[in-house]
Amino acid sequence: MRPFDYVEPETLEEALEILAADPDDTVVMAGGTSLVILLKQDLIRPARVLGLRRIAELRAISATDEGLVLGALATHGMLARSPAVRAHAAALASTFAAVATVRIREQATLGGNLAHADPAQDPPVTLLALDGAAVARSRFGERRIPLDTLFTDLFETSLEPGELLLRVELPRLPVAARATYQKFLPATRDDYATVSVAAAVATDARGACTHARIALGGAATVPLRAREAERSLMGRRFDDAAIREAAALAAAATDPIDDLRGSASYKRAMVGVWTERALREVA
Amino acid sequence: MTQHRIRFTLNGAAVDLTVPAERLLVDLLRDDLGKTGTKDGCSVGVCGLCTVQVDGAPMSACLLLATQIDGAAIRTVEGLASPLQEAFISEGGFQCGICTSGQLMAADALLRVKPKATDAEIRDWQMGNLCRCTGYYGIERAIFKARDER
Repeated sequence: MRPFDYVEPETLEEALEILAADPDDTVVMAGGTSLVILLKQDLIRPARVLGLRRIAELRAISATDEGLVLGALATHGMLARSPAVRAHAAALASTFAAVATVRIREQATLGGNLAHADPAQDPPVTLLALDGAAVARSRFGERRIPLDTLFTDLFETSLEPGELLLRVELPRLPVAARATYQKFLPATRDDYATVSVAAAVATDARGACTHARIALGGAATVPLRAREAERSLMGRRFDDAAIREAAALAAAATDPIDDLRGSASYKRAMVGVWTERALREVA
Repeated sequence: MTQHRIRFTLNGAAVDLTVPAERLLVDLLRDDLGKTGTKDGCSVGVCGLCTVQVDGAPMSACLLLATQIDGAAIRTVEGLASPLQEAFISEGGFQCGICTSGQLMAADALLRVKPKATDAEIRDWQMGNLCRCTGYYGIERAIFKARDER
């Protein structure tokens, strides 16, 4: 590995100062699972690595009156086991539990996952379906970034130089909403998904859909909301025809890349299949 | 380029040393401390050969900078003395042996927090520890046996 400097500040303020002093040549390390690989493979050559591990406040997970707040340094394992996360949406806890292997889940963090912006990752998909927003801070203040504007391209985010991702905020789900995360893994269980689908749906007493969120992973260079599919469900009875139509609209919303996990056309077809399964799960 | 003083425990013994920022935990253990029971396999956190316990949790030593374990309690296979090892022998839980220390450290971490882990939980937990000889049935029997005889 190419040499670099390592700095490990004790406070958020110090971290922001260090980052602001040389944002182009400083990379931020949370858990390090992805960053260490990038360093080892010489894909990034930073002058310095800024380690966040001593900033304990970034680790907190808390339920509030408004919803749920997840600290950027919470590990996937902490989030998968958290009673607060499970109480908010069991599908969110099981999403974190479905990432890679136990070793990765114990080391990898929420903030690292989001900032790395790998389009095949699981948590962004469920967090999108749950209307999540990231909160980032620089020396100049805090900014709220809805997750559907955080991811801009393959491994690219809208975080500005000098900004640190601090936490993710999730609003309360509508009463009686049901959520699910479906991950299509044709090869091995620890693999990245070929495609994945998260859905959150609520219906009223007459069975009409009052809330619909569908988010897709592996379906484009960024995690996507399938907005037309969501709109097609609103106000309708959540029946077979509605589910099929929404699944077709979700597939049409994709723009997948060809890779080892499937061709673009295969992934598009699989988004249709797995959206249908996800919607039946929450019907 | 920076040098960092790190203090941690390795199998219960205090360690206090200085490492360059880019030193990986797996290299610190094997090259600096001579603990070669931890193997370096894929080097990208997939195969499980380098599994060690960090404060009780299994992690890939190939994905951790040594600076990240400052203050932690590290356990490697050299610090393991458990019926699990006997069970690996009696059940033939290995063939070539290169994955064994990682299999053991992963299984030990599970049985410590969940002594009555179900068969399914054990399989799920061990899923990221690959055996290139495909000796999974023996490994599975060994872990089940160690659990059942606790």
